[in-house]
Amino acid sequence: MATDLSAEASAAAIKPVRQAPPSGSHGSSQVIRTGGAARIVIYLILALFCLYYLLPLYIMVVNSLKPLSEITAGGMMALPRDWTLSPWASAWSTAQIGVAATGLRPFFLNSILMVVPAVAISTVLGAMNGYVLTKWRFRGDTWVFGLLLFACFIPFQMVLIPMARMLGLVGLAGTVPGLIFVHLVYGIGFSTLYFRNYYQQFPTELVRAAQIDGAGFFTIFRRIMLPSSGPIAVVCVIWQFTNIWNDFLFGASFSDFDSQPMTVALNNLVQSSTGVKEYNVHFAGAIMAALPTLLVYIVAGRYFVRGLMAGSVKG
Amino acid sequence: MAQTTSGRGGSGGDWLRDALPRLVLSPSFAIVLIFVYGFILFTFVLSFTDSRILPSFGFVGWENYQKLFGLRAWGIAVKNLAIFGSLYIVICCAIGLLLAILLDQKIRAEGFIRTIYLYPMALSFIVTGTAWKWFLDPGIGLQAVVRSWGWESFTFDWIKNSEMAIYTIVIAAVWQTSGFVMAMFLAGLRGIDTEMMKAAQIDGASTFALYRRIVIPQLRPAFMSAFVVLAHMAIKSYDLVIALTGGGPGTATELPATFMYSYTFTRNQMGIGAASAVIMLMTIAAIMVPFIYSELREKK
Repeated sequence: MATDLSAEASAAAIKPVRQAPPSGSHGSSQVIRTGGAARIVIYLILALFCLYYLLPLYIMVVNSLKPLSEITAGGMMALPRDWTLSPWASAWSTAQIGVAATGLRPFFLNSILMVVPAVAISTVLGAMNGYVLTKWRFRGDTWVFGLLLFACFIPFQMVLIPMARMLGLVGLAGTVPGLIFVHLVYGIGFSTLYFRNYYQQFPTELVRAAQIDGAGFFTIFRRIMLPSSGPIAVVCVIWQFTNIWNDFLFGASFSDFDSQPMTVALNNLVQSSTGVKEYNVHFAGAIMAALPTLLVYIVAGRYFVRGLMAGSVKG
Repeated sequence: MAQTTSGRGGSGGDWLRDALPRLVLSPSFAIVLIFVYGFILFTFVLSFTDSRILPSFGFVGWENYQKLFGLRAWGIAVKNLAIFGSLYIVICCAIGLLLAILLDQKIRAEGFIRTIYLYPMALSFIVTGTAWKWFLDPGIGLQAVVRSWGWESFTFDWIKNSEMAIYTIVIAAVWQTSGFVMAMFLAGLRGIDTEMMKAAQIDGASTFALYRRIVIPQLRPAFMSAFVVLAHMAIKSYDLVIALTGGGPGTATELPATFMYSYTFTRNQMGIGAASAVIMLMTIAAIMVPFIYSELREKK
């Protein structure tokens, strides 16, 4: 995602707007009136696009609930005739992943073990960094921020080789802690960006006043900054969670069979060339890999969107 | 250093207080300096060496770059990126703009529709790839379904066709991202100055002319960010290709990102792999550096 550093736009992203993107009576719609027939066409087009976006989800769900024979007989679009949960059971605990018939369960756990610490640590570091970069400015801080920022956008192909070497040298190659470390390193840039843009809007006078009253660096952070950081912390956690859970490149590069995250295991399940292709099991597995991030999106959608927008939109 | 500060502040505590913010920032900065910039430098150096399975430091000058640009596989990957990247950006922007304009007409259930348009952004490209891989598969997917409905000669086998397979990557990638582009344009539309529109409407401008002449030009910043975001995603595209086509049929859908991976880790041509990564970085930097620079300057 690209960044937005301009004050107005980050204000739009961080103020407690009810909806993101903000909806309101202003904007072009205020001026243009559309007639009855035109409105029907508009609703029709919007509905068609709804179908388009929902189609893959529909296919995944219905085909994960039917026997394989119904799919191979050309019934991919149909509802199941024999509803069954066995593809789900198989994908979760018995499907062949690579060399072992373990199902996706161990890899789901790997992903959780990887995501939780990586998200927690990168968010805390991001908050501290954002606090320093906005309230304790020093010479060259813009440069420091610029360097952190550009790090968000490098193609990771550029660090794969040395990172593989380094993880091997320190004995973290092919382990979950190794993956945590990698995600932490490449997550700091974005978490710093979020908190920095958020804290920039926070009145510096409050910090100065607290300083005059004798409050120290950490006291100000704990008592003054943290209590108002809820929204941006949610945005940051959701962003990091989604990115790290969905990562494939690092997982594929730096994990062993035992430490594979969910995305890598799902890909192995789908691409395996041995035996019959169990499409229904693949779809069930795909939904399992999608569920955590989908749930987050459904429960906290507007924070998710706000994070996307804060990462990319110019007001 | 410590002397001058303690001379100024009078005690070690003051020195600590002065340095504390920078101390707090320094671990993150050090991590990024080493693992981003140090590693970039390392890969850059490797691209001038004879590294094969493992890094080695026999310098060979520009040889890897010469070999890289002589490779047919790299030529295919670059050409594919050009096709994929341009279609991906153009179609995403077109769909995004259309949906944003339509959604901006005081639509009932706007929030609900937006939620549907945007959910693909929450999915992993591996999930997206899996769903589209089987839906586009001629044996069981769309083609088989339409044939089972009675249109026996219906053919849609792009994913198995080396000429057309790259377009299936476009289809899946557009599905994933176009809703997000819609949200960017919608935010842009909501910030537009309505005075000019009112004036133009009084002058009798049609709705179409209104959008073409007044609204869309004002969306320039949104177009800029959409372009930067999409170009950046296109260049980094890796997961989707792996999940959807695995780079095939043959090498028909290889992109620079998949090329780099296979040359480095499976073909043991680390020097060439590093050179291809450098080219990717340069391309992204050419897009991102001016953007970041202008954003950082604007703020001041």
